Amino acid sequence: MMAESLIKAATKPSLESLIRLLVLLAGVALLVVGLLFPLVTMLLKSLQDRAGDFIGLANFAHYFQTPALVNSIANSLRVALMTTGVVVGLAFLCAYGITRTCMPGKRLFRMLAILPILAPSLLPAISLVYLFGNQGFLREVLAGQSIYGPIGIVMGMSFWIFPHALMLLTTALTNSDARLYEAAEALGTPKWRTFLTITLPGVRYGLISCLFVVFTLAITDFGVPKIIGGQFSVLATDVYRQVVGQQNFQMGAVVSVILLLPAVLSFIVDRWIQRRQVAQLSARAVPWQPTLSPLRDWVFALLCYAVAGAIVLVIGTAVYASLVQFWPYNLSITFEHYTFQGMADGGWGAWFNSLKLAFSVALVGTLVIFFNAWLIEKSEGFRPLRQGLHFMAMLPMAVPGMVLGLAYIFFFNQAGNPLNWLYGTMMLLVLNTLVHFYTVCHLTSVTALKQLDPEFEAVGASLKVPFWTTFYRVTLPVSLPAVLDISVYLFVNAMTTVSAVVFLYNSDTRLASVAVLHLDEAGYFASAAAMAVLIFLTSLVVKLLHAALTHVLLNNAQRWRQAT
Amino acid sequence: MMPRRLFPSTLLASAAALASTVLASNALATELMVYTAVESDDLQKYAERFNAAHPDIEINWVRDSTGVITARLLAEKDNPQADVIWGLAATSLLVLEEEGMLERYAPEGVDNLDPKFVDAAYRDGEDPAWVGMDAWVAAICYNTIEGERQGVPMPTSWEDLTKPEFEGHVIMPNPNSSGTGYLDVASWLQLWDEEQGWDYMDRLHNNISRYTHSGSAPCSLAATGETVVGVSFAFRGARLKSQGAPIEVVFPEEGLGWDMEASAIVAGTDKQEAAQTLMDWSISREANELYNEGYAVVAYPAVAQPIENYPVDITDRMIDADFQWAAVNRERVLTEWQRRYDGKTEQ
Repeated sequence: MMAESLIKAATKPSLESLIRLLVLLAGVALLVVGLLFPLVTMLLKSLQDRAGDFIGLANFAHYFQTPALVNSIANSLRVALMTTGVVVGLAFLCAYGITRTCMPGKRLFRMLAILPILAPSLLPAISLVYLFGNQGFLREVLAGQSIYGPIGIVMGMSFWIFPHALMLLTTALTNSDARLYEAAEALGTPKWRTFLTITLPGVRYGLISCLFVVFTLAITDFGVPKIIGGQFSVLATDVYRQVVGQQNFQMGAVVSVILLLPAVLSFIVDRWIQRRQVAQLSARAVPWQPTLSPLRDWVFALLCYAVAGAIVLVIGTAVYASLVQFWPYNLSITFEHYTFQGMADGGWGAWFNSLKLAFSVALVGTLVIFFNAWLIEKSEGFRPLRQGLHFMAMLPMAVPGMVLGLAYIFFFNQAGNPLNWLYGTMMLLVLNTLVHFYTVCHLTSVTALKQLDPEFEAVGASLKVPFWTTFYRVTLPVSLPAVLDISVYLFVNAMTTVSAVVFLYNSDTRLASVAVLHLDEAGYFASAAAMAVLIFLTSLVVKLLHAALTHVLLNNAQRWRQAT
Repeated sequence: MMPRRLFPSTLLASAAALASTVLASNALATELMVYTAVESDDLQKYAERFNAAHPDIEINWVRDSTGVITARLLAEKDNPQADVIWGLAATSLLVLEEEGMLERYAPEGVDNLDPKFVDAAYRDGEDPAWVGMDAWVAAICYNTIEGERQGVPMPTSWEDLTKPEFEGHVIMPNPNSSGTGYLDVASWLQLWDEEQGWDYMDRLHNNISRYTHSGSAPCSLAATGETVVGVSFAFRGARLKSQGAPIEVVFPEEGLGWDMEASAIVAGTDKQEAAQTLMDWSISREANELYNEGYAVVAYPAVAQPIENYPVDITDRMIDADFQWAAVNRERVLTEWQRRYDGKTEQ
């Protein structure tokens, strides 16, 4: 086989280069069709009337003259800023506890803290109604304030965004230079001063980046305000109401453009910070190790476990809600709600569709995204094309799910579009979800690939092995842990996302996350909780399998990582 | 050697198999795209009963609230996706007919139905554009436990709901998205004159804690004690009460607004034969017996049996509803409603 490819490569040297060009073009085409064309179509729609005639900014003028719509901008900013404050504050303290103290039970805390990522954002909203609603067992805590509105939205969002912030800040706080702290100690600097002059500046980029990530997630989230927002309107729910409730697609496009602005802004800031952060930590830095300090360690342990307790309480409430016969008047336990009486196809069909979607996205997405990243990082030639692909791979992060979903309706549901047949199919859902979560996977791939010696490709080329063989035989297996991370990330997100796909399913491709929304909207609260729990458990099982697989892999096939 | 073990061909094979199952569609039966606003807990039952008679036709449901389905049909006017509408408010179907979106067809046995339940054009010798299934009737769901605890008495009339003691305790559906909401609004405007009707809604609005999207939700929220009073419809109230919810289903004394659930073929469908088969079945005696499991008043005379938690004299208490008026004024009334009250609509 080796000899065969050697001969091929030797006799047709330009063929490999041609194939390389073609796969690069395919990668570019994927993002052009799956991202750029839909977004451009949406921007154009916001400038058209219902009949499709160009009317300039008239839609925007109408938008800004409608107080009910404009109010949502302030509402969205308000809850997003509050959520950012709560989440970043708590996550910083917890991350500090993990990295800079000797608090007991760090591993358990990190495991519990990650749980919210496995649930759709609808789950905390449902739980909060059971906890703080008019019949909630903790309703006194709110002292007469209603959970339906900004309070509920901030609580629900904080729950599911917390793990994202914790991961970012833990990474930021891990990189520290012990020499600075030793110097400070030697000079007799007080602790608070050390914190202000060494710790904070050391994490400033990570902290700012985290602020913007949390803010973006909060301002674009749809699930939490949909369930628990009450009369409190935000931009994401306005898009849904305009499009689904009133079928006013033009106004939906206008709100989407407005929703796109803060996300794009925070994307630009984040890019700018990433560029400045390079080489902050010198190669000679010595990792700092915390020393025992019982009082401090226990204070942080208490704080962290209070947070973990809240997370477990919210998830536990959802599980309980799904099992109670008739809340709050008949508290006997039943599995009846898992038959999803309130749904036409019994609900399990939707769950199965979600599984299909999640597996397809995990499989196809991982290969496509990782392969594209590899082409960008490790191949020679076609520089402008590779840079263009990299730039486009970064864009999806700035596009909120609601916006992407609506853009897909506009682009793929056009009568003249040759891709029109994709509309309403599972394939379109796969494409949409793949593009929606592209950026994080791309960055993970790039990071993993940067750790590899570029000589692999050079040696492969000098041995006249075609590039895809090098990829398949060397790069992919060596990067397997990262590849698995990507696939599980895609799986979990495909399972839990609701914002983009809520516009794109049809009767054959209903998804579990969308079912949660519909069940709740129609008043089947217990069944909605049951479906949310089902999604959570599915993600949890896959995540555990992933952890086990990674563990086995690292012990067997990846021993070289611990070499010398 | 390592890569061979890690990437066995079986993995790729299973990947291909998975991809093909994702792509595959079952092309065994004729598939009908059916738009509906029928209560979702009954949809499966409807399809099953129909398929017992016609296993060769597969129904693909698109279900949403009345207002959403209506808006969706109107938005798709130039490129209709639905083949049949089975179970949508007559007031909505009248709007669609006005737009020329319905295909006239006289289902087999249409003469068996109560003439009130058939498009009036049929009496003038034309094929009907739509045929009725059943009537759904306004009702109030009142949580007896919460009512006592929070000092909110049981209402007996629509007027009661505007009293100060109900402030913040009433939830009703948004008529823009919910058919039940629209029949409430339309019935108040017909029951009194328009000016008085809006005046009533202004006063009611003061007591409303929020407007929901679905017509069932207010009753579900009353059933779980999230609110004391939910303005909803008899079907949901009766069903929740049977499931053990501590609610009373109140039928206000001024009279009950109602609308008809009806069916029609969407003009331009290329599945005429299957669509007509479904229409024929949808007005059969068997189908009407099915409707009667949830609704007390159905199109087929003498089929209706009394239903648990419904008053026996319900037909006498239904107002003399003018669907034509409700359809012609639909857009105007909804726009006015939105202008006045939309601020309390849930997201």
